[in-house]
Amino acid sequence: MVETVLSVRNLEVAFLSGHGRSQVVNGISFDVNPGETLAIVGESGSGKSVTSLAITRLLDARSSEVKGQILLNGRDLTVLPEREMRKVRGGEIGMIFQEPMTSLNPVLPVGKQLSETLVLHRKMSVSEARAETVRLFDRVSIPAAATRLDDFPHQFSGGMRQRVMIAMALACRPKLLIADEPTTALDVTIQAEILQLLRQLQAEEQMSILFITHDMGVVAEIAHRTLVMFRGNLVEHGDTVDIFHEPKNNYTRTLLAAVPRLGSMTGTSEPAHFVLPFQDQQPLPPQKAETSSTRKPTTEKAPTVLEVRDLVTRFDINNGFMGRLGGRVHAVENISFNLKAGETLSVVGESGCGKSTTGRSIMRLEHPLSGEIVVDGQDLMKCSAAELRKARTKMQMIFQDPYASLNPRIRIGDAIAEPMLLHGMTNRRESKDRVAQLLREVGLLPDMMRRFPHEFSGGQRQRISIARALAVRPKLIIADEAVSALDVSVKAQVVNLMLDLQKGMNLSYLFISHDMAVVERISHRVAVMYLGEIVEIGPRASIFGNPMHPYTKRLLSAVPVPEPRERGKRPAPPIRELPSPIRPPNYIAPKREYREVSAGHICQEWDRSEWAQ
Amino acid sequence: MISFLARRIFAALPVMFLVALIAFSLLYFAPGDPAAVIAGDMAQPADIAAIRETIGLNQPFHVRLGIFLWNTFRGDLGISIFSHKPVTALIAQRLEPTLSLAVLTIIISIAVAVPLGTLAAWRARGLIDRIAMAIGILGFSVPVFVIAYLMIWFLSVKLAWFPVQGYTPLATNWSGWFYNLILPALSLSTVYIALITRITRASVIEVLSQDYIRTARSKGLSEHVVLLRHALRNAAVPIATIVGIGVALLMGGVVVTETVFAIPGLGRLLVDAILQRDYPVIQGVLILLSAIYVAVNLLVDISYAIFDPRIRN
Repeated sequence: MVETVLSVRNLEVAFLSGHGRSQVVNGISFDVNPGETLAIVGESGSGKSVTSLAITRLLDARSSEVKGQILLNGRDLTVLPEREMRKVRGGEIGMIFQEPMTSLNPVLPVGKQLSETLVLHRKMSVSEARAETVRLFDRVSIPAAATRLDDFPHQFSGGMRQRVMIAMALACRPKLLIADEPTTALDVTIQAEILQLLRQLQAEEQMSILFITHDMGVVAEIAHRTLVMFRGNLVEHGDTVDIFHEPKNNYTRTLLAAVPRLGSMTGTSEPAHFVLPFQDQQPLPPQKAETSSTRKPTTEKAPTVLEVRDLVTRFDINNGFMGRLGGRVHAVENISFNLKAGETLSVVGESGCGKSTTGRSIMRLEHPLSGEIVVDGQDLMKCSAAELRKARTKMQMIFQDPYASLNPRIRIGDAIAEPMLLHGMTNRRESKDRVAQLLREVGLLPDMMRRFPHEFSGGQRQRISIARALAVRPKLIIADEAVSALDVSVKAQVVNLMLDLQKGMNLSYLFISHDMAVVERISHRVAVMYLGEIVEIGPRASIFGNPMHPYTKRLLSAVPVPEPRERGKRPAPPIRELPSPIRPPNYIAPKREYREVSAGHICQEWDRSEWAQ
Repeated sequence: MISFLARRIFAALPVMFLVALIAFSLLYFAPGDPAAVIAGDMAQPADIAAIRETIGLNQPFHVRLGIFLWNTFRGDLGISIFSHKPVTALIAQRLEPTLSLAVLTIIISIAVAVPLGTLAAWRARGLIDRIAMAIGILGFSVPVFVIAYLMIWFLSVKLAWFPVQGYTPLATNWSGWFYNLILPALSLSTVYIALITRITRASVIEVLSQDYIRTARSKGLSEHVVLLRHALRNAAVPIATIVGIGVALLMGGVVVTETVFAIPGLGRLLVDAILQRDYPVIQGVLILLSAIYVAVNLLVDISYAIFDPRIRN
C-alpha cells in the first residue's frame, strides 16, 4: 500500500464572529498520494480555500474553529505545537497563492524573501542562501536570475512574480505543495506556462500537489484526481477523467455544462446560449438552445451603430526631471472597426493590450489623441460637453467588478433610475414602473428595488448593472470584462441573459474580455489586440477556425482544454514576456500593412523575425 | 534615489521663498511705522525721518523685498526693535532648549508608541490593545498643562526626583540637561504617544490583513519576524506621515510647556515678541519655524523612499 502524504479526516471548519458560529466546511475527508495532483474544485463560498488554510493552520485561531484530523506523513497537524507547525510551513508544505501582485512583500527584495526561508529551514548561511536562491530562480526559468535578486516585486511582471512564489514554495523541497488558485489572476498564455512549469517540477521533485481552483479547464490540465466541493460539502470525489466523463452528482454536471469549451462552436456563425441542466431559483426568461447554423446571420443588412476610425489614445508619463515627459504609454494605436445593430464584437487580448482603454476611449472616459468615434452618425470626437452627455444615452458601460461598481449606500432602484432621471427621460413617479420592468427583464424581482447592493450575490449585482445600463435604452453596450469575475455557473446565466436581451432589443455589444471560450460563444465578430493595435479582426468562426496572426494562434493554443484525456498532447508554449507599450517621447508608431484573409477577416502583416520561434 | 532627493530639495525652494515673502509682507503691511517704534516716544519727526532713511524704509516695495530676501539668505534677520540685538543672536540663544525639548519628546513618543501600537494591532481586541487604547484616550483628552502640573506636583514636589523647572544647557552638564527636560518632554509626549499609537495600530492592522503577510506565515516565519521584518516596514509610511505632522504641531505645544516649566526657548521668545510687537523677531522666528517644517517634510518624504522602493522612481 502506498503511504499517503496528506490524509484529511472529517475536517470541519467554522468561523466565529460576534453574530455566532457559521460552518464553512462540513466534515470532508480525502487523501493525497505521493507524486499526485489532487484538485479541489468549487465556486466561491464552497470552502475550498478555507480547507487549504486549515491544513496549514493559517486561519486565525481566535475567529475560527477546526475539527477533525489532518495527517501529514502520519503526523496529526491539528495537535502539533505552534513551534513544530512553523517547521512544517515552508519546510514540509510549500504554498502558492492566487494574487502574485499582492502575495510578495512590496518593500523587500525578492531574493531576500526567498533566502529567508532557506536560512530558517535549511540552516544556510546568508551567502549560501543567496547562491541557492539563484539556482532556484534558474529552476523556475526566471531570465538572468543572478542579476535580479535585489530587485523588488514591482519590477517583475505577474507571471514572473508567480515564478518567484513557486521558487519560494519549493525552496525547502516540500513533500506537499498547496497551490491556491495560482493561475487565476494570470493571462492565459502565462497560465499555460505556469501549469507547464508545475507539471515539470512535480515530475522532477516527486512532489504531491493540492491544487485549488474554480476553473475546470485548469483541472483537466493538471489534476490526477478531483474533489468537487459545494457549500462546504464534498459532493464528488474521483479520478479526473471519470469526473469529466461520468459525473455522478447534479452539481458537478451543472458545473461542467457551464464550462465554456473552445471549439464547441465550430460550424456555426451566430452566438449561442449555454445549455444548463439545472437552473437556480432565478426567474430567468425562457430560453432554449439555438441551432442557428442554418439561420441567416441577423446582422448583414443592419445599420452601423459604432464606427471607429484610426483611434489613438496615449498616456504621458511625467517621470522626467521636474515632471517633464519621460515617455508615453501607447495604449491604443491606430485602431479601426465598426459594429452593426444587434451585433457583438469582442475585443480580446491580454492585460495591458489596450482593450479596456479602447472601451473607455469610445465612451470618452479617456481623452483619445486622434481618430473618429462615430456613434449613430455622430462623431464624439467633435462633440461639445453637452452633446457628449446626450450622446451617452446611446451607449452604456458594464464593468468587471460587480462589488465595486455599485454604490453601497444607494438603493438599487435609485441606482437604476438615476441615469433616466439625469437625462430627463422620465419623472420620479414613472421611473418606479420603468425600474420594475427593467428588473424583470434582467431576471430579478421588482420588490428588490428597495434593497442595497450588499444584499445581492455577485451574479445578481451584475444583473443590476445590466439593468442600470439598459435604463436609458442605449443602442450600444460596452461590457468590460463583464462576466470575468463571476463563478462559472453564474457566468453562463449572465451570458445567456445578455444574449436574450440582445435579441429582444437589437442591442450592439462591444464585449471586452480575455476569456476566449466565452468570447467564442457570445460573439459575431472578434478583434484581437496586441500592444495597443488590432492584429486580427473578422467573423468569429473565421478567427477561431482559421487564425492567421501568430499572436492569435498563441492566445488560442494557451486556453486550457476541459478534457483531461487531451492533457499533455499539446506542445508547451515557449516562454515569452509581453513587450511594454511604453515608448520614448519621440517614438513614431510604424505604419501597418493589412491583408484580407477571407470576407471580413483582416490580419495585420507581422515582422517574421519578431515572431519566429 | 539621488534624482529623487534632488527633486525634493528643489521643490522645497519655492515654499521657502513664499514663506519669506509672507514674513516680509507681515512687516510691510503691519499698522504703525517701524521707524517711529524704533525712535521711541520722545523722538522728533526729523529723527524718525533719519531712521527711515538709514534702514531703507523710503525705498519702493520691490527693492525692500529684494534687500530683505538677500539678507535672509545671508542669515541676517535684522535687529530686534525692543532689545536692539540681532534677531539671529536672540534665536540662537533660544534654539537649543526648544530643539532639545522637541527632539526628546519625539524620541520618547516614537519609542513608546510604535511598539505599543504594533502589539495592539497584533493582538487586536486583546488585553494589550485595550490598555493601549485607554492610554490613547487619556493622552488625547487630558491637556498638556494638566499632565505637566500633575507630574511636577507628584514627581518633583512630593518625591523630589526631578527639578521643578528650569533648563541646563547641554554644554554645561548633560545629566542636568536630561533631568531638567525629562518631565516637560514626558508631559508633552502624552498626546503624541496617543496619536502615533493609534495610527501605528491602524496601519499595522491593515498590513496584517495583506496577502504577503499570509505568504510570510506560510513560509514558517515566527510571529516576531513577520511583524518586524514584513509588517512594520510596510506600515511605516503612514506612521512617518503622522510623526511629521506631530513635529509641526509640537512647535505649538512647546509654547505651553516652556511656560509651565520655565524653559527659555523659542516659544517664549515668540510669545514675548508678539506681546511687544517686535516685528523683526516675529519675522525671524516665523521663517525659522517654517524652515523647520519644510525640513521635517523633506525628511518624511525621504523616509518614504527609504521604506518603500516603489516611491523612489
